[in-house]
Amino acid sequence: MSGADVVISVRDLVKSFTGTDGRESRVLDGVSFDVYRGETIVIMGGSGCGKSTLLNCLIGEYDFEGGRIEYRTKKMTEPRDITRMSEDEFNEIRKHFGILFQSGALFNSMTVADNVALPLVEHSEVDRAVIDVVVTLKLQQVKMLPHRDKMPAQLSGGQKKRAALARATALDPEILFYDEPSAGLDPVTSAAIDELMMDLSKKLQVTSVVVTHEMDSAFRIADRMVMLDKGRVLRIGPRSEFEVIRDAPLESLATDDERLLQQFLNGYSSGPLTDAQGMSEFEKLIGVR
Amino acid sequence: MSDPPGSQAPKRAGARAAVESLGRVVQHRTDKARANVSFVGGLAGLLGTTARWCYRGLFVPGVKLRRPAVAYQMVRVGIKAVPIVVLVQIFIGIILALQMAPTLESYGQIERVADIIAIAIVRELGPLITAIVLSGFAGASIAAEIGAMVESEEIKALRAHALNPFHFLVVPRFLATVTALVGLAVIADVVGVFGGFMTSLLILDVPSQTYIDLTREALDLKDFITGLVKAGVFGVLISMIACYQGLNARGGAEGVGRATTGTVVKCIVALIGTDAVFTAVFYVWGI
Repeated sequence: MSGADVVISVRDLVKSFTGTDGRESRVLDGVSFDVYRGETIVIMGGSGCGKSTLLNCLIGEYDFEGGRIEYRTKKMTEPRDITRMSEDEFNEIRKHFGILFQSGALFNSMTVADNVALPLVEHSEVDRAVIDVVVTLKLQQVKMLPHRDKMPAQLSGGQKKRAALARATALDPEILFYDEPSAGLDPVTSAAIDELMMDLSKKLQVTSVVVTHEMDSAFRIADRMVMLDKGRVLRIGPRSEFEVIRDAPLESLATDDERLLQQFLNGYSSGPLTDAQGMSEFEKLIGVR
Repeated sequence: MSDPPGSQAPKRAGARAAVESLGRVVQHRTDKARANVSFVGGLAGLLGTTARWCYRGLFVPGVKLRRPAVAYQMVRVGIKAVPIVVLVQIFIGIILALQMAPTLESYGQIERVADIIAIAIVRELGPLITAIVLSGFAGASIAAEIGAMVESEEIKALRAHALNPFHFLVVPRFLATVTALVGLAVIADVVGVFGGFMTSLLILDVPSQTYIDLTREALDLKDFITGLVKAGVFGVLISMIACYQGLNARGGAEGVGRATTGTVVKCIVALIGTDAVFTAVFYVWGI
């Protein structure tokens, strides 16, 4: 793909956290990848690999100490580095993206309809009647219209995700971020959310960045995949490439990274991923570095 | 005489343990002092940010002040607190009258209870007791609400929708608490003096006209105004402490609980401390 199609460019991203004991741990260690316009890219990896931290850096929730993240929305002629932006400037970019949080993060003091209306009320000058029409359309898209006057506490997990999706798409975003969209849902509801994501992606022509470790979901929705391990990009490529690795016989895999990736994709309990972790713990125990 | 062999080791261990425990105490105190400095600094930062957003909401075109949210918070913090403030202030009026009565009676000055109640309530107890009531009534609820929003990623969602949490959450609660506390202090003044008046009339047999005349003589406009200035500052303290504690709540339900308790404790200490400073300043200035 040409450089002009890049919507988000991540280069050499470094992010560390300092624990309560004062020790610093590097969660992202030089992560680089591009997100192209209109694609669905799935970022995956085991617990603690840095995928949620990466998402938080992308949406401006975390500062980072190294590297850069550049956005290029349709209105921009040149990509812009978010580290050089003020909060107000970044808010202008935020208006072009929607986020589906793991918990849905609906505002509990508002009805479903008011949740969806909020971005429109705050960021547009249109009449309340027009906003109501848009809210109805958005809720219809996610099949939540019958629940428009309910409070979030009255909704099931799947309904919360749908309502949150309607809110995320309220301003017709260019980019949609999904944080573990299938987490905590049964397989049927999870599949329904996946279909909804693909449907929205097609209808609204949005770029989707999905963080997940649910492999069934990832293989259903992804155009491209990124595998993170220990804060670095282990592999990036089209879905078909990952499918080949997933289904290949173990002996045909040439590198440790491929074997590790296969273990993760198939969810095997033993393999290089768990062996490496086990050895590392053992090394810590006996004080070997 | 030299020590028997081997006696040095336990001595050294004892001395080492003493130094270690002293070190732990010093470190604990240092950590606490650092946390307090960071709390005061954070509070000042929050006040600065809130003031900036209030200014932007009032004077910068395109930035909404969110008046419906301010009105909603005023009902929640102010109007709903009226019954409890009225009840508490009537009790304060009754307590003051009955506490002062025996001493004043021994001087044959029982009617002077009117002066004492007027000054005590309008300058001091009206704003202070109302603020203490409000720190439990509204401060704790603001901290719990915002803390729960932090835990359920609602604050993150606000930022993700390009909505500033200070503008969206803190400013309405700040404006509502300050305004409500000034209004409630006026009600508290009237009700407290009324409680003292009824007690004096019905129990202490002070003639009603004498009580009213003495109250009028005792009170100046400056007494009323100093009370209201205090109420406004107390409103700033309660809203800032509650919002700060809520925004910094971490650790699930337990963290929200800690934020709520911390709000009430810190508010009461801050209110009484600030009141002492006000009283000292007014005393020095002769106000």
